Amino acid sequence: MMQSKNHNNQPGVLPNFCHLGTSLRVIIAVEAGAIFAALAGATGLQDGFLVFSEWSALIQPALLITLLTLCLASPLARRLDYTGGMTVFFSVGTAVPAIAAALFTWLLPDADLLSPAQTLAFSALASGTLTGYLHLRGKALSPAVTEARLQALQARIRPHFLFNSLNAVLSLVRSDPRRAEHALEDLSELFRALMRENRDLVPLQDELDLTKAYLGLEQLRLGDRLSVDWHIDKMPSDALIPPLVIQPLVENAVYHGIEPHREPGQISLNIYRSGDTVHVVIRNPYAESGSHHAGNKLALGNIRERLALHFDLDATLKSELMGAVYQVHISLPYTRAPKHRNPVAPARRG
Amino acid sequence: MHPNIETPLRLLVVDDEAPARRRLCEVLEDCSHQLPLQVVGESDNGVDALETAQRERLDALLLDIRMPGMDGIEVAQHLQKLHRPPAVIFTTAYDNYACQAFEVNAVDYLMKPVRAERLVAALGKARNLTQSTLDALRQAHPKARTHLSLSEKGKLRLVPVEDILYLKAELKYITVKTVEREYLLEESLVKLESEFGDRFLRIHRNCLVGKDLVEQVGKLSGSEDGHFVRLRGLDEALPVSRRQYSQLREFFR
Repeated sequence: MMQSKNHNNQPGVLPNFCHLGTSLRVIIAVEAGAIFAALAGATGLQDGFLVFSEWSALIQPALLITLLTLCLASPLARRLDYTGGMTVFFSVGTAVPAIAAALFTWLLPDADLLSPAQTLAFSALASGTLTGYLHLRGKALSPAVTEARLQALQARIRPHFLFNSLNAVLSLVRSDPRRAEHALEDLSELFRALMRENRDLVPLQDELDLTKAYLGLEQLRLGDRLSVDWHIDKMPSDALIPPLVIQPLVENAVYHGIEPHREPGQISLNIYRSGDTVHVVIRNPYAESGSHHAGNKLALGNIRERLALHFDLDATLKSELMGAVYQVHISLPYTRAPKHRNPVAPARRG
Repeated sequence: MHPNIETPLRLLVVDDEAPARRRLCEVLEDCSHQLPLQVVGESDNGVDALETAQRERLDALLLDIRMPGMDGIEVAQHLQKLHRPPAVIFTTAYDNYACQAFEVNAVDYLMKPVRAERLVAALGKARNLTQSTLDALRQAHPKARTHLSLSEKGKLRLVPVEDILYLKAELKYITVKTVEREYLLEESLVKLESEFGDRFLRIHRNCLVGKDLVEQVGKLSGSEDGHFVRLRGLDEALPVSRRQYSQLREFFR
């Protein structure tokens, strides 16, 4: 993926059938084809839906078996070049439904089913159309295009935060030079992260370090007004996430939940894994009076879009107000970082 | 060069962030070689700043704009009620709109981090604010006040908006009623209504009541269509005009 940086005529990225988004698109497309065929061949609307529901009873199990096979075949397909991989997907998509149909005919000899030849024709058609669609889609989401979009979505720091932090550092230079040094280190780490090309996924631990550097600076200027409650002992440090997802959300939490209030407040950060999903939950106090609201929606939309570019439908971001607490909850699939710490290719959506 | 015989400028530093206050005091100390000055005190919030401004004779305030609760512009508004209002120099880390308003209205302001030379220059020409200037600043930074202020026997009195039960226009003044007592205010009810629309509800041509305090809306006995409201913390019932009654009902639906 490194060499593909500035090319637009490069082969696309192989679709990932293990992802929910891809599977969902395939299911919808096949069902849409089936309903179209059923209505076209039927005598009336009611008859058409009847035929469709009969077909669905057979199509769906066949489809699920196919998708499962496609997901299992993915590692094999990925070892080939792009054309080879797509050929594997096309063949699996044609053959497996036909085999499943033959199996059903054998299991249910009395049922009025399509002949295996008909099924083969149908599945070849569906498989061909879908491979074509996914090929185009993969091209549209090619690294160059995705990268451009990711870059446009890069998180930005609030100027207010920058100048207040610099001011706070200056206030330490005479009285506590060591602390001033440390604060400047935090600040440069934060800005290095912000100015990096942030298209690759990073280990969760890196994002957490960044968030800690940020909070260190906020603590410097807000003092006792800000306290942070960490729940990260069950955090999977090696999970991969898009960079600058947690830090901007914590920045939001400080900006909306702590800064506008005179009373001290607490931000809680809860990161854990359950099964194959990583959860990030950020909470901050909320009071109607005094909260500045502009900008919050923007930041959430930005992060949501970046999550979608990386994980499609497999990642979600939910925000809700629970009484006097505002909560943002992100869940994303658990992908492990390789042991060595080189930049990692983003998991493209299918 | 000034001969250093003039009386030093008496200053108050107001900022909610401790490091920002410390930094400003350090730079002020550096400036004191060029310009005689004395930091009379520091405040981390607007109400405290106003109390100090009453107690001490101040020449100028170095006033942060963005603070929780009462912001810097509101502090400057209340300061005008003092007998001899001190000059104000606003400080801000970054405020695009406010800075434009400052430029347009020739208000003194400093960007944080503050440089000693700029600070000396600003102190040298610091002046009082006028009401029209303050109105313009408020427009650039729209936010309802947290307090109403009035001067009583030459003293500045702050009334927290959240303590107000009702506001009633009477002849020249507006009566501001809290649980403890009443105050007289020289402002317009229409302006108060637009500023505090979130908090108050009009029940009569001359009366606004705290929305969250309404306990009961009832019908006056012995009259066809007269109504009243009762507020939490208030013994008397307040008359509701026919015109406002339908809106009131709408609100409590």
